[in-house]
Order: sequence, then structure tokens, then C-alpha cells
Amino acid sequence: MEDGLRLGPRICEGDCAVLKRDDVFKAVPVLRRRKIIFEKQWFYLDNAIGHTYGTTFEVTSGGNLQPKQEVEGTTTETKEAGTDNRNIVDDGKSQKLTHDDIKALKDKGIKGQEIVQQLIENSTTFRDKTEFAQDKYIKKKKKKYEAVITIVKPSTRILSTMYYAREPGKINHLRYDTLAQMLTLGNIRAGNKMIVVETCAGLVLGAVMERMGGYGSIIQMYPGGGPVRAATSCFGFPKLFFNTLHEFPLSKVGSLLSGTFSTETLPSEPEDNTLVEEESDGLTDEKQASLQEIEESTTEAAMEINQTEEQETVDISAEVIEFRESKEKENKENVREKQRKQWERRKKLIETAALLREKNADGLIVASKFHPTPLLLSLLEFVAPSRPFVVYCQYKEPLLECYTKLRERGGVINLKLSETWLRNYQVLPDRSHPKLTMSGGGGYLLSGITVILDKGESDSSNLEALKMEEPSSKRCRVQDLHY
Amino acid sequence: MSFVEYGDTIKDGDTAIVFLGHESMFPVKVQHGTVTQTKYGVIRHSTDLIGKKYGSKVTCSKGGWVFILHPTPELWTMNLPHRTQILYSTDISIITMMLELKPGSIVCESGTGSGSLSHALIRTVAPTGHLYTVEFHQQRAEKAREEFREHGVEHLVTVTNQDVCKNGFGVSNIADAVFLDIPSPWEAIGHAKSALKAEGGRICSFSPCIEQVQRTYLAMEEYGFTEINTLEILLRVYNVRTISLQIPDLGKAAEDNSSTGFDSSNPSNQGSPCPKPQQGTVQFKSGVPLREMVGHTGYLTFATKS
Repeated sequence: MEDGLRLGPRICEGDCAVLKRDDVFKAVPVLRRRKIIFEKQWFYLDNAIGHTYGTTFEVTSGGNLQPKQEVEGTTTETKEAGTDNRNIVDDGKSQKLTHDDIKALKDKGIKGQEIVQQLIENSTTFRDKTEFAQDKYIKKKKKKYEAVITIVKPSTRILSTMYYAREPGKINHLRYDTLAQMLTLGNIRAGNKMIVVETCAGLVLGAVMERMGGYGSIIQMYPGGGPVRAATSCFGFPKLFFNTLHEFPLSKVGSLLSGTFSTETLPSEPEDNTLVEEESDGLTDEKQASLQEIEESTTEAAMEINQTEEQETVDISAEVIEFRESKEKENKENVREKQRKQWERRKKLIETAALLREKNADGLIVASKFHPTPLLLSLLEFVAPSRPFVVYCQYKEPLLECYTKLRERGGVINLKLSETWLRNYQVLPDRSHPKLTMSGGGGYLLSGITVILDKGESDSSNLEALKMEEPSSKRCRVQDLHY
Repeated sequence: MSFVEYGDTIKDGDTAIVFLGHESMFPVKVQHGTVTQTKYGVIRHSTDLIGKKYGSKVTCSKGGWVFILHPTPELWTMNLPHRTQILYSTDISIITMMLELKPGSIVCESGTGSGSLSHALIRTVAPTGHLYTVEFHQQRAEKAREEFREHGVEHLVTVTNQDVCKNGFGVSNIADAVFLDIPSPWEAIGHAKSALKAEGGRICSFSPCIEQVQRTYLAMEEYGFTEINTLEILLRVYNVRTISLQIPDLGKAAEDNSSTGFDSSNPSNQGSPCPKPQQGTVQFKSGVPLREMVGHTGYLTFATKS
């Protein structure tokens, strides 16, 4: 490996990139001549192609991107400043530039920096503000008028933060630090054989795949006709990663456990030609077609522009899929293709069922809209002993029930119900403090470790439960309400 | 067994975790002929451990039993011998995600301390990544090397005994991420920058005191780091308990014998999902917080090298 300049990856056409401005993120497909709206600005990504990820751009007139020139820190004249705000009256008249004046400046093509300078000069109260207040004022104006956009490479950190801020409903309000806990508590790493159940648009699956690096295997259990993997495609994993990603319908779990599994009745796949609208509550499984995407492992990603209606949406895979669908429709051997696909699907299902029957998975991750108890009770059967499992739930109560049922079942130890508390800080000289707003809740986790389930000891399961609980004296205290 | 790969059966030389009950466990080095004392009696490695499956229940000489678990960095963190204050899994989780670590990543760390974070980092970057960890205390550096060897991960880590503030990490322009948990991190920011790859590397500094954070923040700015962000993360644990609350006796409204008010024998009462064990109480399941919890470990400051 060459020591020296290790320049980062470059922005390529067809990538999923994330636009960033301060703390606002948005995932977009990198396509030529595709108009993007982000933070009240319209532009094309064409000029960004070829630059490295992490580059910051400015939007020029005409909607083109231009790398931001490194500017010397704005050297303002020795600031005249006040000591406090006792004499500053907020009558809304301190800014002499009108809304129209500012618009005129913008239309003239004046750079954001210059506009901010103009605003400062035309503010009657600016020099009376304290240095801190001046700082804050300048920061605020810069944020509004100096529109710079950074293009960053997607990762679990970026995508989980983005989803939590933009579309938390799609991910069951799973906050990014809670997701971080799941990945660590579950010992997610290269070489594992993981079982994942999630209805978080594929974000959790993507996070697991990132931490496994393409090594090992993942079996994703899904409700309905197929798994939703909108977020997974944003990660930009190499095709190789998908070779060891399997899926299995939850509706077949019952039969698999009882030994009556067959592929005679497959969960029906909906017609996959239409572009499905993104639902704002994200509670339905729209992107069944992603299943097809995985099966077409040799298709070239020909990204031609499809004149579709522009949508403010995080999901991009649907557009790619829609393009592929329409091409396929033209294929005269459509029917034969369909039959071949059905056969392929059946074959894969049988293979995945065999993998599950080995009952030697290295872990279980659950993050879904469903009640966790039935999922845990059935899916733990497929997990080897002495392996961790983690269940996420937006609410605490279902996990209380899950905990109780797991105790009754036995075969699990070290059960822990927890949540994490996250706080961001502003750090500035003489002005350090926690930030004003804080996330109220990021969901709850129930984690534990499997052990060999001794079915013959159902009588002593209570004894086990007692042993695994607090020492008895503490428990009595709780019951006596002296706690 | 290894800390980066699961094994099924316990072998001679393994590090296994003996689980005795709620929050009570300890690590053990499996060795032929050795014996381990527990409060439930004796465990004989040759007969009770070697060849058994991980996750098995083992009955000790006095009749009580334990479970033998496969080690993971998380279990190790809870049970390792402390040579210094350590980082716990809550902080480790957010550090791992915010530094964007994954298989193949190159990470630099200082100080190694007791190796809690080190084991977690090694697990995440395996099998193709590497951890360069720097510890200025000679014995701690040596003990860390020894532990990595015992745990089968020495090929994934390089321990260097030097002062990171003076001599850096020993590598340049290759790291994807750098982590600092030292008293004066601002003195190491320059070295961190040169260890990191040209663009896009991530850095994290962990400091208990806000004054340290302020200095580190300024140093990061000075060295051209961007996206600087400070946060703290705390864990809240809940104990699942069945609680019984008594119904107060409010007396009778009228002088007749009909009971009034909150009558728990009334079928329309939806308050108790479980049958009450005694007259006049309502039972429910609750997630009860612990009486005391960890309120602060340290502030985590992240940034990107651009």
C-alpha cells in the first residue's frame, strides 16, 4: 500500500451521494442534468462529478456547482462592541436594508460574504452588541446567505443521522446512537451469520452490512411480499456484498419451525412496474422490486435519464428500478423470464431455509414496527447458544412483556432493558454549554445472550429466573414498596 | 475461539467467561488440569470445560451451576482487569459509528490503557484492518501485548510504547480514524493529523473535563479539522419488575354494603392485566430505573480532516 497521498474516493455518476449543509443532510442520486432542490437552492450535480467526496461547493447563478475557494478568515476591523444589551431596543427597525434591497443584491450576483458585510454595515445596533452577540449575528447571517454545500460519502453515521432528522417515521424513530448500541451489543462483525428483521427502510440492514464488510452472511426476514431496502442502496456497497445477503419471508417461519415448510405457496410479489409513491409514515412495504434488483446480479447499471416527475424524496432506488422495469416490459420473452425468475426465487428460498435450519446463527437483530415478543420467541430458535441478540422497540412496554416471556422460555441470560440519552454541546471560548434542543427519546433496547436451552428443566425454569434476577432480598424490597 | 471469530466448543487456551447470575461473571483462562473456584464450587477445566459447547451449563462441585460463554469485546469490557479507568460499551458504540469504522479500517489509538476500547476496535476492523495503539506506560504496553496474544488478535494490532504527544503514532497518512483518550489531547492533534489519510479521516477525543474539551476544540480548528461536534452519551438501564400497588381504603360512600370507587373485582376495571394476588392490590409490569446510574463518563468530540 502506498504511503503518501491517499486521496479519497471520487464522486461518480450513478452514486448515491449525500448533500450536507451544516447539520442538514439529503441523499440524492448523482445523475447528469438532474435538477436537485436542497435547502431552498436549485442546482445540477454535473460539475461535482470527478471531485472527491468531502468537497465543498457553492451554487453559482445558473444552478451550477463550483468548488468553494478557500477564503481568508473574514478579517473585520477591530470590532467596536458593547458590554451588554440593556440599551438595545428590538423595534425591528435596526436593519436599514429592506427585503427588496437584499433581493437586488442577490440578483446582481453579489456573493454571500458581501451580503453579510452589507447587512452588518447597515445595522444600527451591530456595534452596540457584545462581541459574543456580534459573533452570533454574523454566524446567523452567514448561515442564511452563504450557501455552501458539501457532498459527502454515505455511511451509517451520515444516513442514520439523516433519516432520524428527515424521516424518523420510516425508521420507527430509531435514533442513531441507539442504532450504534445495537451494532456493538450485537457484536456485528466480519464473518458472522446474522439474522436481521427490520422495517426501517433497510437502514439497519445497511448498517449491519457495513460492519460485516461483505464477510459472513445475513438472512433478512421480511413481512409481506419482499424486503424494503431503499436505504440500503444509499450505502453504495459493492455488488459482492449482496452475494451473501439472503432473505426469507416471516410468513414461512411458522412452517419452518414445525417442519412443514414448502415452496408451493410463495408470498405474492406485487406488479413491479409502477413507481411507488413514498408514504410519509413509512409503514407499508413499497419497494418489493428491490428483491428483483438483487437477483439481477449481472445487469449493468445504465443510468439514463428518465423524465419522471421530480420528487423530494430520500429514496433513489425506486427510480433506478422503474427504469429497469420499463425496459423489461418491452422484452418479448417476458413470460418465460417470469417463469425463470419464479424458479430462481424458489431455489433461493430453499437454500435460505436450509441455512436457517442449521440453527447456528451468530446473532439476531430486530428493529421493526411489529410487537417484538412473537419475533423473538420464534427467531431465537435459529440462533446458536452463547450468541448476543438485540431488539429495538420505539416503546418500552412491549419490551417489558418480551422480557417476561423470554424468562418463561428460558435459554437466555444477561437480559438488559435500556435506552441511551444523547446530548450535543456547543463548545466556544467562554460560551460552552449543552445545546438548546435535545432529542426526547430514541427508543429502547432489549439485549441478551443465548445459552443452551434445557427443555427438560421446565420446573427449574423458575429457579433459573430467580437466579438471573436481582438477589432475592432486593426483590422483596421492591414488592414491599420500600424501594 | 478468538475475539474476532466465533468458535463452537471450548478449547485448551481459550479465554472463556463464567456467568454465575445477574451481573456476576468473570473471565477464565481454560487450561488442562486447572481448577477454578466459584461460590458454587469447583470447576475442573479438563472435565467440565474442554470439549463442551459454549453456552453450556456447568454444574460445580457444590451443586450450583454456571454458564460458560464465548468471549466478546463487550463481555471482556465488563470483566477485564482494570489497570486504568476504562471506556464502557455505551461510549464505545457511538465512537465506533461516528468514526465510521468497519472491516479494513486503519485506526490509531492512544492511550491503550486497559485495552477495553482496543479489543472493540480490533473486532470491528478485522480481518483486513489494523489498530495502531500507543501507550506511554511501559508495563501497561507490555500487558496489552500479552493480552492481545492470548486472545488471538496480535496480527491485527501494533502496540507502541511512546508518548503520542511527542512522537505521534508511528505511522503517517494512512489512518482512517484516530482516537485520543489522554490528559492533554490538544498536544496530540498535530500528530493525529499527520497519521490520518489525506482527506476524509475522522478523529475523536474523549475528555472528562469541559476545559480539556475547549482546548482540544481550538486545537482542532487550528489544524484545519471541520465538522467539529461534541456530545455525551449516557446509558439508562431499567429493571423489569412486577409491581403491586395497594388500593387505599377510602371507606364507603353510602352506609350499605355495596363497595364503591376503585373496585378491582369489577370486570370493567382495565387497570390490571394480571389477576391480583391479594385483595385490594393492582399488579403491573414496570421498567424501573436503577437507584443510581452513571451520570458522566466524558465528552466525546468528533471532527473530520478535510
